[in-house]
Amino acid sequence: MTSTQPSSIETREVKKKEINERSFIRKLLKNRIAAFGLFVTIFMTIIAIFAPLIATHSPNEMDITHSLLGAGVDGHFLGTDNYGRDLFSRIVYGARISLIVGVSAVLFGAVFGTFLGLIAGYFGGKLDSLIMRTMDGLFAFPFILLAITLMTVLGQGLVNVIIAIGIANIPGFARIVRGQVLSVKEEEFIEVTRSLGATHGRILFQHVLPNCLAPLIVYGTMSIAGAIISEAALSFLGLGVQPPTASWGSILKDGKDFLVLNPQMATFSGLAILITVLGINLFGDGLRDALDPKMKV
Amino acid sequence: MGKYILKRLVDLLPTIFVVAIIVFVITRLIPGDPAAVMLGPQASVEDIQELRDDLGLNEPLHTQFFQYIGDLAQGDFGVSLTYNQPVISLIMDRFPNTLILAISALVIALLIGIPAGIISASKQNSVMDYTVMVISLIGVSIPIFWLGVMLVLYFSVNLGWFPATGMGTMDEGFITYIKHLVLPSITLATIPMATFARITRSSMLEVISQDYIKTARAKGLKEFFVIGKHAFKNALTPILTVLGMQVSALLGGAVLTETIFSWPGMGRLIVDAIDKRDFVVVQGTVLFIAIIFVLVNLLIDVLYKIVNPRVNYSSGKGGAGK
Repeated sequence: MTSTQPSSIETREVKKKEINERSFIRKLLKNRIAAFGLFVTIFMTIIAIFAPLIATHSPNEMDITHSLLGAGVDGHFLGTDNYGRDLFSRIVYGARISLIVGVSAVLFGAVFGTFLGLIAGYFGGKLDSLIMRTMDGLFAFPFILLAITLMTVLGQGLVNVIIAIGIANIPGFARIVRGQVLSVKEEEFIEVTRSLGATHGRILFQHVLPNCLAPLIVYGTMSIAGAIISEAALSFLGLGVQPPTASWGSILKDGKDFLVLNPQMATFSGLAILITVLGINLFGDGLRDALDPKMKV
Repeated sequence: MGKYILKRLVDLLPTIFVVAIIVFVITRLIPGDPAAVMLGPQASVEDIQELRDDLGLNEPLHTQFFQYIGDLAQGDFGVSLTYNQPVISLIMDRFPNTLILAISALVIALLIGIPAGIISASKQNSVMDYTVMVISLIGVSIPIFWLGVMLVLYFSVNLGWFPATGMGTMDEGFITYIKHLVLPSITLATIPMATFARITRSSMLEVISQDYIKTARAKGLKEFFVIGKHAFKNALTPILTVLGMQVSALLGGAVLTETIFSWPGMGRLIVDAIDKRDFVVVQGTVLFIAIIFVLVNLLIDVLYKIVNPRVNYSSGKGGAGK
């Protein structure tokens, strides 16, 4: 009897999961706005992956004699920047930095935040108080200010940008996961698993965590959009990736100084950020409606 | 109510203490030497050591910590190396300017965002509803530093309607003062405005579908009163929660907005301090902003209690913006 009970519970869980997955995909695909968001996100990802094939020039190749050219002049689709670098190619390559930072920083925040949220919610007590008080403290810093402070200490660079934005993302994930754990851990199947002698690790990672995934995925998707804006903001302030690496924020920063002579630098780099972030947000909204409609993100 | 506020104030102390610890940890424990960062790559080892001595970085960590907490308790945020002034006086010079900007942005966001959300919800699935939703979705996705630059391009450079940078003074006249405020306020207001519109709409839709609203309509009450008096009052709680969160967005956004418009506020102070590698100023200003944020959230919690007296914090640690 005892040997059949866990397997029947697991089979029931697997079946439930399959039904949920099917209805979730159906819901998501029905939502045209979310599908459009997904299309935009995939499109920008393709641009980032195939940047060397799409870019018409090397993104860092300078030609001062051809600086600040207008759109379409001398084979430069969007013109050139103040160093004569092809603007279109730099924007195409900038997609790489944005998406790398967006995804990596959120993964960083998700891994640490989820772990902290899991143990805080599951074990409760003083550990919970300690972790969540620290998270409250981190939440007291406006997101971008925390990232700025960390970057000031860490110094410029791609990895440091990921770490800074990643750390700023930790409290959000910790709170979401903790909230989920608090309700999941009271469920009957967790009680049964515990009474059968499962270890805390097994309960946490095999039973509790999978039940936290829906809000985690929705929050993670939305956070990628935030991380992309944060990276651009840091680069705009001169704290992001190091020059001459093309980043949308740094192109915008340079473009700000040449607004009159060459407005397309600022215009198109910002449009690239807006389109990407809008696409991810549309997709994220659809994900939320399909996975976790009650969630307020 | 007074007892409640006092209790919440006492509850805030550990959070403020944690905030102070976080700033300390960031500046002391994360790899990288703040003194080396401040002096730049050309600095000699001796110069770095000297600055480390000045900043107390060569003391044992626990000594540094107690010194730091002791100074903070007396309102001492350190002395700026580049301005040669106490950080707190630099902050106090600029804080009112940031406050003016943030309040103007908040007023714009509330005055446009909430009515837009109410109209959108009361005319669900209409052209108006879709328009508000599309605009608000763009609003929450827009990088405000880009929006600011675009506003400067069109309204300052091309049309010449508003000044591109700086903060006017009342001595220059009220119109000039307001003209300086328009573009930065709109820039900073965009995200909160869009967020208020979205949350008001979803919150109103939830309330509108409830029985007591149907009853109010059945009684023949005018739609204006049904929406404005009965529905909105009950939809206010989620809006207040978002208000707390938006204070964070406003304070963070001020850094970027003030940079674009050369607005002489705290954000500009931080960015200038970063440029000059004045770490003491960055540290003090960030800490000050975090404390302001915590206090504003206390205010929102009190508003929460006024709007919804059933809210009880005695058993939980919840609160607005949390």
